[in-house]
Amino acid sequence: MLLLRRRLIGAIPVLLIVVIGTFLLLEAAPGDAVDAYVGMTGGDAGLIAELRQTWGLDQPALARLAAYFWSLAHLDLGYSVTFSRPIRDVILERLPNTLLLMGSATALSFGVGSLLGIAAGARPGSFRDRFLSIGPLALYAVPGFWLGLVLTVLFSVQLRWFPSSGIETIASGKTGVSRALDIAQHLVLPVTALGIIYLALYLRVMRAGMAEIWRMDFVLAARAKGISRRRIVWRHVARNALLPLVTILGLQSAAMLGGSVVIESVFSIPGLGRLAQEAVGSRDTPLLLGIILVSAVLVILINLVVDMLYAVLDPRVGASEESS
Amino acid sequence: MSLLRRFLRTPEAVAGALILAALVAMALAAPLLFPRDPLSIAGPALLPPFQDWSLPLGTDRLGRDVLAELFHGARTSIAVGLAAAATSIAIGATVGTLAGFAGGLTDEVLMRITDAFQTVPGFLLALAFVSVVGPSLAVVVIAIALGAWTGPARVARAEVLSIRERDYVASARVIGMHPLEIAFREVLPNALPPVLALSSIIVAAAILVEAALSFLGLGDPNRVTWGGMIAEGRAVLRSAPFLSIIPGIALVLTVLGVYLAGEGFVEASAARKRQS
Repeated sequence: MLLLRRRLIGAIPVLLIVVIGTFLLLEAAPGDAVDAYVGMTGGDAGLIAELRQTWGLDQPALARLAAYFWSLAHLDLGYSVTFSRPIRDVILERLPNTLLLMGSATALSFGVGSLLGIAAGARPGSFRDRFLSIGPLALYAVPGFWLGLVLTVLFSVQLRWFPSSGIETIASGKTGVSRALDIAQHLVLPVTALGIIYLALYLRVMRAGMAEIWRMDFVLAARAKGISRRRIVWRHVARNALLPLVTILGLQSAAMLGGSVVIESVFSIPGLGRLAQEAVGSRDTPLLLGIILVSAVLVILINLVVDMLYAVLDPRVGASEESS
Repeated sequence: MSLLRRFLRTPEAVAGALILAALVAMALAAPLLFPRDPLSIAGPALLPPFQDWSLPLGTDRLGRDVLAELFHGARTSIAVGLAAAATSIAIGATVGTLAGFAGGLTDEVLMRITDAFQTVPGFLLALAFVSVVGPSLAVVVIAIALGAWTGPARVARAEVLSIRERDYVASARVIGMHPLEIAFREVLPNALPPVLALSSIIVAAAILVEAALSFLGLGDPNRVTWGGMIAEGRAVLRSAPFLSIIPGIALVLTVLGVYLAGEGFVEASAARKRQS
């Protein structure tokens, strides 16, 4: 648990820097909350000055930064003028959809990617290996949002297999299993579009890791003992090559959150990413920065979980941290 | 064997180089072949490709020549990709060198800042930056670099840490060179090769981020971009899918070319190192 504590403490300065960074961006944005508010409701110069005073916007920058920290410490992200609601509530409402999308895309890319990686790495240098190694390079080059559109044209417009937008059928009144199936059907295309790049990444890392491990002595020893090739591939080589993949799981979380912005807007999924785009569209900078803060916290949490997972899978990690 | 000959021996690298050469030719030839403003109307709206040979790839919703847009879009993609990669490598190498060479508190602060930038999703940061400052080519370049400099910074720092203890650095200290001069004239140039090896990945990523930004309507509004073309075509995705599909294929080929050429180059130089 020392590892967990150390990671938590290490996350504090990072989070502070992110907060200061978002504050600076907020300052750089033309206009402030009062301008946005008055822009919606109208008001004279007297009201503007009064609002500035009550909201503390007439204070010097440093005092406002302190106030910003103070409200964040109370989990108050501010007020969204476009939604006329607290930013925290708007974000919390959208978060589950993004988590569902990201989680499914991660599961797909990790699962299929590592399996294909094992298929490629089972016999390094074979035809199957070379075929499976060049493929991912092409997948890397495909922009997710474009793939989303192509998938829509193919499977939604032409074949009519999957719906092209939304997270579930609106006002269908479905509950329980049938609702879950409905959501799953809506998620097939966006999850594929978001996950395919990472699938290629996991495949490549898995393959490279296996190629490395084949050369190690313990594999030679296993072969000398006469263990079947299948058993060596699964129990010895693949198992050890899986560890680096777990690290990437955490590292890619930030990129995947970024990718979900475009995917959500392509498939009209009401998630965090689409919210970010709406915030840009309506020039709601406080909302946009709230989303950035929440994403940063999310990335830190995901990495924390991955670190813990890693320590469980590879006891050497935790042990070396404890002793050092 | 020379680097070039090794490079030309791998078929993937040659394919990548050919794609890139074609792309550069497209970008250079754009103003000669299509001197008119690519955003001006050239014919009837929504003409399908391969119908009229004066407009080989047809026209979009507003009757603009898709082929001309494609050529001019190549200019934007190349310009943004290269500029963003150069900016991120410059920032990253500077930060990494300072952190690695100074050590102590400077190192700690700079690396925490690097951590912070890696924690925030780069695309969201770019989105926020462009939306706050306003879209123009330079802003898009900086926005992309904001999310991409951390990789080069980490690699540069690791390299500087190993170079810092070399004899020639010690002798530079002895002759009384200013530490900053040592850092940037002696250490940085030697730490650069592994950082530059990242450039193909960064260029490719920058091209994709630029496309995504313009897809969301945050590109430079006065320039043709492939991402913007895809977004334009999206409105008529059901009736004229080619409008979105064609610029997407150009994007895929471009990024693939950058990856292949980059991979080929890294492999060729690694093979040369092994031999020497």
